[in-house]
Order: sequence, then structure tokens, then C-alpha cells
Amino acid sequence: MIPFTYTRAGDAAEAVRLAGRGDVKYIGGGTNLVDLLRETIERPAALVDVTGLSSAIEPRGNGGLLIGAAVRNTALAEHRDVRTRYPVLARAVLAGASGQIRNMATVGGNILQRTRCAYFYDTEGSRCNKRSPGQGCDAIDGFNRTHAILGASSSCVATHPSDMCVALAALGATVHLEGADGARTVPLTDLHRLPADHPEIETVLEPGELITAVELPPLAAAARSTYRKVRDRASYAFALVSVAAALEVDNGRVKEVRLALGGVAHKPWRAWAAETALRDGPATTRAFRAAAQAELAAANPLPDNGFKIELAIRTITAVLGELAGSDA
Amino acid sequence: MVTKDFSIRINGTAVGPPADPRVSLLDLLRETLQLHGTKKGCDQGACGACTVLADGERIVSCLALAVQYVGRNVVTIEGLAGDDELHPLQRAFIEHDGFQCGYCTPGQICSAVGMAAEARRGVPSHVTPDLTVGEVELTHDELRERMSGNLCRCGAHNGIVAAIAETCAGERK
Repeated sequence: MIPFTYTRAGDAAEAVRLAGRGDVKYIGGGTNLVDLLRETIERPAALVDVTGLSSAIEPRGNGGLLIGAAVRNTALAEHRDVRTRYPVLARAVLAGASGQIRNMATVGGNILQRTRCAYFYDTEGSRCNKRSPGQGCDAIDGFNRTHAILGASSSCVATHPSDMCVALAALGATVHLEGADGARTVPLTDLHRLPADHPEIETVLEPGELITAVELPPLAAAARSTYRKVRDRASYAFALVSVAAALEVDNGRVKEVRLALGGVAHKPWRAWAAETALRDGPATTRAFRAAAQAELAAANPLPDNGFKIELAIRTITAVLGELAGSDA
Repeated sequence: MVTKDFSIRINGTAVGPPADPRVSLLDLLRETLQLHGTKKGCDQGACGACTVLADGERIVSCLALAVQYVGRNVVTIEGLAGDDELHPLQRAFIEHDGFQCGYCTPGQICSAVGMAAEARRGVPSHVTPDLTVGEVELTHDELRERMSGNLCRCGAHNGIVAAIAETCAGERK
């Protein structure tokens, strides 16, 4: 690690003031940032500790839920309202990392965690446009079975590693931000960017802007929702493909559906095309598979990761079938 | 008026935070305090050998900056039991051969203590069928999933699971 100063902020306003627009990183649980500091991939002059921000989970007047940025992952998955009204979110959090890391990691930090692409971490031996813009990407011609099949570019094929964000994308969550120019909200699905020519710019956050909370809208369909993660080990591994889904079936037809994919793109991937194909249509295995195929039609595989296309199609079909249950 | 606490409590003793904020909690324990029970395995959060308890919650001390734990209460393997005593889990690990080389053992035991507390208060896991139940039954599948953040390269996992299962069952009697 290169030297940095450390300050603990008492609240969001103080954190934003301490950060200014300078070379500063906010630190939550540190489960990703400490590693990145140690590898000198992150080299901030100062850290502002934001674990003292709100760690409350509060009901909203509209029936939604407001989740403070400093809520730990375990606390989120444990919360009664999350478990009963948004099970996809509890399941996604529990599918990620280990018990120890979930106790440390915050909601804000989870959203802003960086890719686990091995070439991004290999500071000594690999080229990476995300780490050193303009350098080139060794993953594209390298070992890329874990990399992106959707929305990637010729400069970056990394994936976003979060499970939680996939559920948040499906649920239509909104991210609350606070910065030097005031507060604003951004839909979670618009927060992360696709890599295009600038994979080093991963979100729409302005310099010094801080995530203060995540808001879940009221969503009746979320009561029947789940998360399925396909990975190389049964536990404690990043996703090859994951699916977050909510489904409401009425009289054999899809009344409401929410679908998002993880492990396939530079951002949590909301499956808008599949949702459109499914809505108001029959809740059948055939329709589920056709919708999944429609979503994956845009996939562009690398030499080692073509298997992810069929894996994603089958996982979507299976998860929707599970949620439809006897209604299918 | 509440006095602001600028120290970290480690096994009951107040310790000043390091002057350099880059020092991990793990390095503070091992290098400064000479508490060598907590082990450094991967130093990147993958193996769990450095697991300690912070306010009763298990964490990996390698990914924790020590300065972030000011005001917190940290317990390491050295602080789990009294001076001449063993924690029930330590006894169970001996009974069930829950180790070979022993390097992962302090982390396994601290993790299991935190894990048991999580299960008692009803924290679900990836393999919990029903998210709405209040208290989780620690089946072998539950134990293996909940302990997946602790690796044992000797392969003593069967003994480890047996030791934890027996201890947790005993606590519930």
C-alpha cells in the first residue's frame, strides 16, 4: 500500500465535505478496497471511513424500504422485511462471499466493488485497460471463461462481481447519492456503465459523490422471487451465471416479471428484452425459454465462455419454472 | 457526557490504534501485540485463517484496517477461554481430530463461535430452505455452507464439522 491519511466521517454531509473532489476513496467494510490498496491498484491520498453512516433499514411511506449505505450484508439478509417481501435480495446476498465477509461488507461498498478479473489484479504481468487506460486487455486473448458475454467491448470484457446488485437491478432499486453539488437519485440499472472505450469509468458517480442509501420500491411480485447462482464451487465463489427473478402469474398468464443476470456483463444485467417477451404472455416452460433466448440473442461470446449463453438460457428457464410452480 | 474511546479492546485490554492507517488488524495482532494465534494464510480474505470476533461477529482480520476497529471489542483465539481453560469448541476439535497441521484451527474455531451466534439469532444461509423461519437447524449442509469461508488444506473438514456440530447441539440442550 502507498501511504494515505484516514478520517472517520460522522455522517454523509461530513463525509462529502471531507472528500471534496480530491484523490479520496470512501471505505466501508474494506473487503474489496483493502485488497486493492495492497495491490496498489487503488492509490488514493486519503480514505474517508463511511461505516458511521446510516445502517438503518426503514419502511417508506409508499410501502418500499430504505436501506442505509452502511448496512452490513448480513444485516440486510437477516432483516425480516427483506426476507419476507424481497426474498430475492436476501438470497442474492447469502449467495455471495463468506460469513465473515458478509459481516464486514456494506451495501454501499458492495455496489462499488470492482471486477475480480484476474488480469485486472495481475499488476506485474498483465495488461489491463481498466487498471491502466490505453494499455490493452490481456483477457480478450487470454483465459476468459469467466468473462462477459453481454455488453462488453474491445477494450474490456470484465464482469461485475456483485450478487446483491443483480437482485437490486431486478427489483428496480434506486440509489441515493450525495455530493458536493447536492443530493440526487439514480436507478441502480443506470448506476454502472458498460465498458465501451473507458472501462476505468465504472459508474455515473461524480468525483467525491457518495452512496447514502438504496431504496426498494413496493413490488407485490417480489414476494415470489428468488436468486440462483451457478458457480464452479458449491459455496464461496463468484458466479459464472446468476439469475434474479420475481414472477407473478394470474390464471396461467404472466402478470408481472422481473429478471436480471449476474456474471455475464460489466454491470448487473437487467433482462428487459426477456421481461417484455414474457409480460402478459403464457407462463409456460416454452415461453420462459423463448424469452431467455431473446435476451441472449445479443450475446457475443469469447473463445472460452460460449457455454455461458446456454447456461444463462437454462438457468432463466429453470428459475422462472420454479417460481411459476403449479401455476405454469 | 460520553467520553470518546480512541482505543481498540483486544481480549479485554485497551490497545491504541496504529499510527499508520495501512496496518491491518491481523498485523496489529501478530506483529505489534505478539498474539500469534491468529494466522496469516492468504492475506486476501479467501482462506479464513485470520478470523477473529469483533463485537461477537466473525470477520477476516486481514481485510480489516485496524484503525476502523477503534471503539470495537475484538476477541482472538487467545481470548476465547480463561487462562487455564479450553473453550468447548477447542475441546471438541481435539476430541474429533478437527485438525492436522493446525494452521487453520484458530480461524476455524473463532469462525464457528460467530457462526453459532448467527444461527441462534436466525440468520439464514444460502442453503436454508425457508427464509422465514426464526431459528435455523444446523444440519451438516448448513454447517458446511456457513463454514465455507474457512479452508483446511489438510482436509480435516469432516472432523471440523463433527466438532462444531457436537458443540452446537450441546449448547441447545
